[in-house]
Amino acid sequence: MVDLSLEIGRMRLKNPVMPASGTFSEQLGQVFDLNRLGALVTKSVTPEHRDGNPVPRVCETPSGMLNSIGIPSKGLQHFVEQIVPLYSGIDTPLVASLSAPTVDAFAAAAATVSVPGVAAIEANISCPNLEANGHAFAMAPDTTEAVLRAMTAATDRPIWAKLTPNTGDIVAIARAAEAGGAEAVVVANTFLAMAIDIATRRPKLGNVLGGLSGPAIKPIVLRMVHQCSSHIGIPVIGCGGIMTADDVIEYLLAGATAVQVGTATFLHPSAMTKMVETLSAYARTHDVDRLQDLRGAVVLPDDMAMLALAAE
Amino acid sequence: MAVGVSSDWTSEPDAAGVAVAFPISEQVCVVLGNRPVAAGYWHLELDAPSPACQARPGQFFHLLCPSPDERTTPFFRRPMSVYGADANAARVEFLYKVTGGGTRGLATLQVGDALNMVGPLGRGFHLDPAGRHILILARGVGLATLAPLVQLAKLQGMAVTAVLSARTTDHLLSVARMHRHGADVITVTDADGSSDPDHVEALLRPLFAAGRLDAVFTCGSNRLLLLLKRLAKAHGVPGQVALEQQMACGLGMCFCCVRVFDEADGTAYRRVCCDGPVFDLQTVPAW
Ligand SMILES: Cc1cc2nc3c(=O)[nH]c(=O)nc-3n(C[C@H](O)[C@H](O)[C@H](O)COP(=O)(O)OP(=O)(O)OC[C@H]3O[C@@H](n4cnc5c(N)ncnc54)[C@H](O)[C@@H]3O)c2cc1C
Ligand SMILES: Cc1cc2nc3c(=O)[nH]c(=O)nc-3n(C[C@H](O)[C@H](O)[C@H](O)COP(=O)(O)O)c2cc1C
Ligand code: FES
Repeated sequence: MVDLSLEIGRMRLKNPVMPASGTFSEQLGQVFDLNRLGALVTKSVTPEHRDGNPVPRVCETPSGMLNSIGIPSKGLQHFVEQIVPLYSGIDTPLVASLSAPTVDAFAAAAATVSVPGVAAIEANISCPNLEANGHAFAMAPDTTEAVLRAMTAATDRPIWAKLTPNTGDIVAIARAAEAGGAEAVVVANTFLAMAIDIATRRPKLGNVLGGLSGPAIKPIVLRMVHQCSSHIGIPVIGCGGIMTADDVIEYLLAGATAVQVGTATFLHPSAMTKMVETLSAYARTHDVDRLQDLRGAVVLPDDMAMLALAAE
Repeated sequence: MAVGVSSDWTSEPDAAGVAVAFPISEQVCVVLGNRPVAAGYWHLELDAPSPACQARPGQFFHLLCPSPDERTTPFFRRPMSVYGADANAARVEFLYKVTGGGTRGLATLQVGDALNMVGPLGRGFHLDPAGRHILILARGVGLATLAPLVQLAKLQGMAVTAVLSARTTDHLLSVARMHRHGADVITVTDADGSSDPDHVEALLRPLFAAGRLDAVFTCGSNRLLLLLKRLAKAHGVPGQVALEQQMACGLGMCFCCVRVFDEADGTAYRRVCCDGPVFDLQTVPAW
């Protein structure tokens, strides 16, 4: 029996595969048994009521997609009363993703959602398509650390920091999140991007700008996961363009402890359970007893090891 | 409800709720037929084991379309209404219009090819078993969405009047099928001017005035939707409409497929994929 389990701070997960925020809801339970996943991460909720962005909210790009959903939200009370109970019968840790406009609002939101049934909180400090033209807390180390400090002081739940890839120095942001008390970093959210319909000369998204996700971003995010995991002591959860179990293994080798799967679920609703099955099969064939033995096991040429990591 | 009747559409879980553990699945289905039926329209038939063949009228599938050429790779799936589903024969049918890369890809499918489908998805039409007479008002590909409802209504012993609109008589696709299912069919076209909303209104008024309509259904045209909404409201007849919106997940997870609806306490965004695609006619605002 292959051991797929792992630890993220104070939490133990049965396997490393979980959905990415905004690409999962209870409806996926109509396709497969949600108990088969390592964790469940809910769509980001905000303290304030939001309708979201104008349509079109998504468009296709080569090997990927853009989205500018705009975080529609019915507020924290609705989340605690209506969403959390949906998962009460499921033996998989529930991670509540939060987004908020200020440090204080983030802290207050963390306290509000720290109810039975919520095992951890993911701070979406990276969503690139809120009002500030792509600017987010995770663009700078000081605001990142401030949010994490305030949230960890407001709740006893583990906090995961979801980083944006739109910063020039993601390692510095990951370090700031660790300093602020995060128990893990999620690397990463979507890349701020744009597409234009050349027939109409209009942007393909109602919101003009949106976030790029899917296979197109995988090599860049993999590089970021490798850099972050080499420089911080807390686990890195890799997220970007994962479509198959091979991609999961690649992320583990790069240094990820676990992964989140987003866009792949839109194309193949059962992609995540397929990954879990294939990971077991892979480990058996390759005589890997514990899947975590693959973590950071990329074989770097001796003199390249320092070079590869020096890109800070 | 037609429970116990051996038919294409009797698979609705009964009210007592024989819980289907996983009612939605990703299935690879084999193409039994795929042929052009009229200007730009194709008819696709697949060997589709359960749960796909359990689809109900108004539900849809999310199709992973093949690439039509080396420059085009549709990334998202494409939503397509079920045109027919036969649980006994394990068959599903679609009627689609070739519009862009995804549907051009569908048109390349040959008999024996595989097509990856997710479904059945969404909330279909609700047919009140107490009803005796329904009206269907459809245009263009909306005919594909409403055709299976005619069949279900017939199975439940209801009379159906179908007013079908299209550009030309060539574009009036499922007329024969609706006739076969016992509908009283009235066709109107742009070619002879009969599809003009004023003319359609003149056709519909006597039907409403006779007071025999128990429910009305529409799909495929915004102008016809607004006309039907107005008449149905004036005569107090309940109605349903099947809507379209671009989709990414098809399951309710991404919130890209929203439309605005009128609610008792203002307006609200709803997801076409899982809150619909069939909605109460009176909640759809004019846009
Ligand atoms: C619930 C539902 C049921 C449908 N049933 C049918 C049917 O039975 N027969 C039929 O011919 N068509 C139907 N459509 C429309 C069909 O999905 C589109 O024609 C198809 O997605 C076009 O894809 P394309 O790649 O050929 O075109 P493109 O224009 O290249 O597509 C580009 C993008 O826009 C989306 N898109 C384009 N047109 C539509 C549309 N009308 N509705 C939603 N998304 C769209 C595509 O899915 C894709 O993401 C239905 C749509 C919905 C939402
Ligand atoms: C439609 C859509 C909605 C998303 N919503 C959120 C969100 O609410 N909060 C968040 O932190 N990330 C959100 N994301 C980002 C994903 O969680 C993930 O970081 C990103 O899509 C990259 O992973 P992928 O390539 O596997 O999709 C969203 C992504 C998509 C495609
Ligand atoms: S298509 Fe994703 S929520 Fe409707």
